[in-house]
Amino acid sequence: MRKVFGPFCALTGLMFACAPFLIARAPYESTMGLVQKIFYFHVPSWFAMFTAIGICGVASLVHLFRTSPRADRISEAAAEIAVVFGLMGLVTGPLWGRKAWGVWWQWDAKLTIALLLEMTFISSVLVRKYGGPGSDKLASAVGIFGLAVVPFVYEAVNIWRTIHPLTSVVPNLPATMGLPFWFSVAAYMMLLALLLMLRVNLGKRQAALDELYLVYED
Amino acid sequence: MSLRRFLIALTSFVLLSAPAFALQPPKGQSEFVPVDSVPLTDQLPAAPLLITAYAFVWIAAMVYVWSIWRRMNKVEADMRVLAQKMPHR
Repeated sequence: MRKVFGPFCALTGLMFACAPFLIARAPYESTMGLVQKIFYFHVPSWFAMFTAIGICGVASLVHLFRTSPRADRISEAAAEIAVVFGLMGLVTGPLWGRKAWGVWWQWDAKLTIALLLEMTFISSVLVRKYGGPGSDKLASAVGIFGLAVVPFVYEAVNIWRTIHPLTSVVPNLPATMGLPFWFSVAAYMMLLALLLMLRVNLGKRQAALDELYLVYED
Repeated sequence: MSLRRFLIALTSFVLLSAPAFALQPPKGQSEFVPVDSVPLTDQLPAAPLLITAYAFVWIAAMVYVWSIWRRMNKVEADMRVLAQKMPHR
C-alpha cells in the first residue's frame, strides 16, 4: 500500500492541476456562459460524495450485522469524507447559482434534500465523536439511512419541478464538454480513494492505541 | 446702420451663447423607471465566482488532509508515551 501511495498522491495532484486547463479549453454554455464551468467541479463533488456514501452504507451494513471493526473503520472514514465532498458541492453550487439564477440559494426539492443529506452525515460524524459507547452502531444506522436518501437527491430534479438543471445534461454532454468533465470526475474519485486510505489508516492507528491503553490498564 | 449693428450683435450673441448652453449638465432625473432585469453593465462578473469555487475545493481538501495528519501525529505521540510507560510496569 505504501509503495503505491506516493505515486497515487502525485498523480491525483497532477490531475487536479491539469483540470483547470482542460476546463478553460471547454466551450462556453450558451445561456450561462463562463460561470457554467463551475459544473466541472460541482457535479464531480456530488459524484464523489455519493460514492463515499455508498462505501459508508455497505460498510455500515456489514458492521451492523457482523460487527466487523474493519468495516466500522471504513464506514467512519467514508462518512467523514462524504461530509467534505458534500461541503464542496454545497459551496460551489451557490457560487454557480448566484450568477445563473440571481440567488445564492433556492429552497427547492433538490437543494433542500442535498442539504439534509449533508446534515445527516454531519450528524453521523457527531454521533461517533460524542455518542459514547454503542455510538458506532448508531452511526452505522445513520449511514444506511443516508444511503437510502441518495436516490432522492439524484432524482429530485426529475420528480419535482426545480430550477436546478436536469440529470440528463450529463449523458447528453457533447464530447468537448464531456472530456474535461469525466477527467474531473476521475480526479475526484482518485482524491476520494486517497482520502479514504489516509482516514482508514488513521482509524487503524487509533484502534491500535485503544488496544495499547487496555493492555496498559490491565 | 444701427439695424446692421443690431443684427451683428444678435448673431454674435447666438453663436457665443450656444456653446455655453451646450456645456450645461443634463437635466436631473425626474422619475425612477422600474425594470425586471439588471442592466448588462451591472451584471455580476463570473470569473471571481469560478475562481472562488475552484479555490474552495483545494482549500477544503487541504484542510481535511491537514486534519488527518494532525490527528495521526497525536495518536503516534500518545503511542510513544504509552510505549515508554509500558516496560516500567
